[in-house]
Amino acid sequence: MDFSTLQDFYTYTKGIAYILIVLTLIGMTGFWLYLTDQDNDEEK
Amino acid sequence: MFKLSDVLNRSLLTPFNIIAGIILFIGLIITALRFTGGLAAVTNLSDYNPWGLWIGFDLLCGVALAAGGYVTSAAVYIFGMKKYHSAVRPAILTGFLGYALVVLALNYDVGRPWRLPYPFVVQAGTTSVLFEVGACVLLYLVVLFIEFTPAASEWLGLKRARNLVVRLTMLLTILGVILSTLHQSSLGALFLIAPSKLHPLWYSQYIPVFFFISSIIAGLSMVIFEGSLTHRYFAAKMDETHLREKEDVVFGFGKAASFVLAAYFAVKVFGIAMDDNWRYLSTSYGAWFLVELIGFVALPCLLYAAGVREKNIRLIKWTAAWAVLGIVVNRFNVCLVAFNWHLPSSERYFPSWMEIGLSVFIVTVGVVAFKFIVTYMPILYEHPGYKTPHP
Repeated sequence: MDFSTLQDFYTYTKGIAYILIVLTLIGMTGFWLYLTDQDNDEEK
Repeated sequence: MFKLSDVLNRSLLTPFNIIAGIILFIGLIITALRFTGGLAAVTNLSDYNPWGLWIGFDLLCGVALAAGGYVTSAAVYIFGMKKYHSAVRPAILTGFLGYALVVLALNYDVGRPWRLPYPFVVQAGTTSVLFEVGACVLLYLVVLFIEFTPAASEWLGLKRARNLVVRLTMLLTILGVILSTLHQSSLGALFLIAPSKLHPLWYSQYIPVFFFISSIIAGLSMVIFEGSLTHRYFAAKMDETHLREKEDVVFGFGKAASFVLAAYFAVKVFGIAMDDNWRYLSTSYGAWFLVELIGFVALPCLLYAAGVREKNIRLIKWTAAWAVLGIVVNRFNVCLVAFNWHLPSSERYFPSWMEIGLSVFIVTVGVVAFKFIVTYMPILYEHPGYKTPHP
């Protein structure tokens, strides 16, 4: 991407980063559940 | 207890001793050449490439792979995961030997060992990241030495000294975590000064965070990797507790390593996004970056997860070895491969055989010291005279 101003650059990169953060938080929660669900079964 | 007669009665001509002896002999010759002829006599270092294999491997990899000490002691003493207690002493020993060898290797790189204390007494230098790294490594080496002393004290029969240090366990653990957090990240921060030299895919304002998170992965993986080797070669030295807790350590640390690898993968992608470096992924350096990111971060993350879910110890152990290799690849990439990436190939650095030989020498010194200590000191078993909990 070409940017005219620093404002444009940060608007673009931060926008992408915020989307990635939301996806990561959801993904990490799911991954933790995937890693630990057998422990929970064993406790039951 | 160590008895000289026991050693003399055994044959010293074992394959391990012969190979180690040859490596140590060659290493001593290289040492003599280094300290009499200077860096130029044994290295391919230049003004363009003042940091080579000795910094990239002996120091950056050595510090990262010695992180098992603070990771394990934090898990057991701060987070209260007592079922991993048997992993503490081997991890502390590996950490102590790792840091001691880092300092030894540093002497080869900087030369004039008697000037090693200069940053503390001759010049202020407190605004330098390198000063902080030096101070933390020195202090943490002292902390690791004190944490290691209970095993040596039990071996030597120094009961009072041992009990005194045992009372300091929590304080030493907290100090170890603080100092490790500081210098593991600062080793990455050293590269913040070189944005024009380090390839954009590896350079990031978050490089201290990358180094710190990857050190946790290195620590967890090294505990599993080293544990599998000690179980193979020193099983006779392990007591029932160590053998019983072995599987808990492998599964618990494998699970933690998988989760931290997933976080590390996400943070590395943030690094690309924040600097808008997506376009570099289609270059040859980008291909190598993807090999590192997918092959040495995403792949071990998934393999650890599969191993934990399927209770496959063998898979987790092999994945630990792969993850350790991944940390080495990452440190090599930052320090050697992606550093000075814009220079023509004729000016690029490749280590001389003597640099590689000295790194092998340093590792061999560590393995020999580890073998001696594990053979004679209560590292893999509880000393029968000390039943109270120990660090």
